[in-house]
Amino acid sequence: MRRPLLTLFAAFGLILTACGSSSSPTQAGPITIGVSLSLTGDFSSDGKALQQGYDLWAADVNARGGLLGHHVNMKYVDDASSVQQVQTNYQNLITVDRVNLVFGPFSSKLTIPASTVVDRYSYAFPEPAGGGPDVFKRGLRSIFFVQPAAVEDNLVSYTKWILSLSPRPATVAYATEDDPFTQPQVDKAKALLDAAGVTSVYYKTYSSEPIDWTPYAQAVAHSQADVVILGTQLPDALAFVKYFISHQYNPKTIIETTGPDQGADFSGKLGANTEGIMVPAGWTAAATAYGNDTFVSKFIAKFGGKASDISADAAEAYSVGQVVDQAASKANSIENAKLIDALHSGTYNTVQGPMSFDSTGKPQGGVGVYIEQWQGGEPVFAYPSSVAKKPPEYPKPAWH
Amino acid sequence: MASQLLQAAVLGVLTGGVYALMASGLTLIFGVMRIINVGQGALVILGAYLSFVLFNTWHIDPFLGLLVTMPAMFLIGVVLELVFIRPLKTDRESLSVLVTYALALGIEGVLGFVFTANYRELSVWYDTASVPLFGFRITLVYVFGFALCLAILGALFLVLYRTTFGAAIRATMLNRTAAQLIGIDVEGVSAVAFGIGMATAAAGGAVFGITTAFNPNSHYDLISRLLTVIVLGGLGSLRGAVVAALIMLVTQDVASVIIAPEWSAFVFFVILVAVLLVRPEGLYGVRVRERI
Repeated sequence: MRRPLLTLFAAFGLILTACGSSSSPTQAGPITIGVSLSLTGDFSSDGKALQQGYDLWAADVNARGGLLGHHVNMKYVDDASSVQQVQTNYQNLITVDRVNLVFGPFSSKLTIPASTVVDRYSYAFPEPAGGGPDVFKRGLRSIFFVQPAAVEDNLVSYTKWILSLSPRPATVAYATEDDPFTQPQVDKAKALLDAAGVTSVYYKTYSSEPIDWTPYAQAVAHSQADVVILGTQLPDALAFVKYFISHQYNPKTIIETTGPDQGADFSGKLGANTEGIMVPAGWTAAATAYGNDTFVSKFIAKFGGKASDISADAAEAYSVGQVVDQAASKANSIENAKLIDALHSGTYNTVQGPMSFDSTGKPQGGVGVYIEQWQGGEPVFAYPSSVAKKPPEYPKPAWH
Repeated sequence: MASQLLQAAVLGVLTGGVYALMASGLTLIFGVMRIINVGQGALVILGAYLSFVLFNTWHIDPFLGLLVTMPAMFLIGVVLELVFIRPLKTDRESLSVLVTYALALGIEGVLGFVFTANYRELSVWYDTASVPLFGFRITLVYVFGFALCLAILGALFLVLYRTTFGAAIRATMLNRTAAQLIGIDVEGVSAVAFGIGMATAAAGGAVFGITTAFNPNSHYDLISRLLTVIVLGGLGSLRGAVVAALIMLVTQDVASVIIAPEWSAFVFFVILVAVLLVRPEGLYGVRVRERI
């Protein structure tokens, strides 16, 4: 009786050991990279853009002979923008599908729970879109945020620009989702502008769940602030602007944390009324960063459209691939443990510029986040002057 | 502040009209059939998707598209009543809640399969156009939506109070058994009432789809609001649904200006509880004595 029992325990032990270790590819055989993407739900436009970036990178790296000689296959699963589903997806990708590597989903909201699951299995977790302060507070060694700067600094360039204006705008209205991506940016901008004496006339956080944004837009419009700073995703970014247009409230400058960087998904709904709207951006199609011209031309060749239609999300996803490609070459391995070690040292070149990572995965020494502004139907870098393609339009033109 | 309050009140009246339209079908169905159609929210969302398809595929304006979607939804309503509601012969009030909830889940599932969970919106030219009013501006879509509600609710009142068939509906609402005894075809009246409820859902859905981003799950929030409206107004009272919808939306919009947007729903529910403590049957409801 005792022997079968011991055998059973041993079998369980073997199964658990097998589940706990990351999958190793055979010599130069194909590998699979698993990603949970928001292909439906609130973040679906961002999720689809990330998929384009990942697909483009995989095609590129395979055309160059693969990742250290391994042909790369991408496996995507839809998380429907759900915090619960994204955890299940990574759990399944690692333990059921036994993918070799995993890349990150969209948003801090989904990256935080997903990274807890991924870290449990000691997988490296390079990710393109989870940069809120809470992502790094847990001190996970496996996560790497592949953007030029931590999210809370995204509006720093914008506040510097506001403070450089003469005469300086007198009043600011703030409204933001209570989201770990948007709110830290807006709060930091508010702290900087408050300290500089720019009067805050309205500040409100609202639910990150889709709601009726009319009361908030109404309050912002009623404040008649010179400057409007909004912590939005695409749906509320559009809703606020539409309300401002219909009520003919035209602030001197308006910036939204996300939405205006979504290319055609944003401009298609607003047409000429995109003119003058700003967004913090670490990437633009016109940037001269490492491999950007190739990325843009191949993107257009593969997906059609024009350069201004490309979402920054796609560039961020592509950057994840670039970083992993260079880390694999540096470590001469695609083992997760070796990739994690490699990513914690050195600098990596991406279409968003060079970047490195501290012990918590926060980007270090990057080029920073700039201001992008819609001008003449396309988003262009407008500040600082060192990267600006065109000077900022200020005050922004009237609505059409 | 006064201008902001007036603007909130006007917006509340205009959006209240849309909710009155959506709730009118719900209260009519309860009045005639004594069932609570918890699938009404899902049917409004179905109406929004039908308008979305017409608009995106054939560029038919959502208001013009009602000439197609309202008759279509009326027919769907008649079929649903025949297939799902009429077979309920015993314990009708309780079972109908389960049946219509299953209906809502079925509609949600089909819409999710066809359209995915992505949020959709009807981007028409008048969702950014506005007109000046008392020193502020009102977006045209709310004005058009309110006009549509007035037209449809007006027509509904005319049918109910100026036609023989309307008299049959009202008689059935008053006493289903007595109506049957005097020769009214209550089964036929029920099917038509259910169809009318669906047609109003189609109209409400079109306006809802223009003013709000929606997906297949949006009906949960909507049905809770619609049920609240008909409870406040009095179950089965069309006039009550209209008054309650206006109270709900005006209260919420004004409270969001005076206090804060996040407190607006709370303020309304305080009013709801206060009204129900004084009049448990709602503003225009009728107390019913049940024989045990």
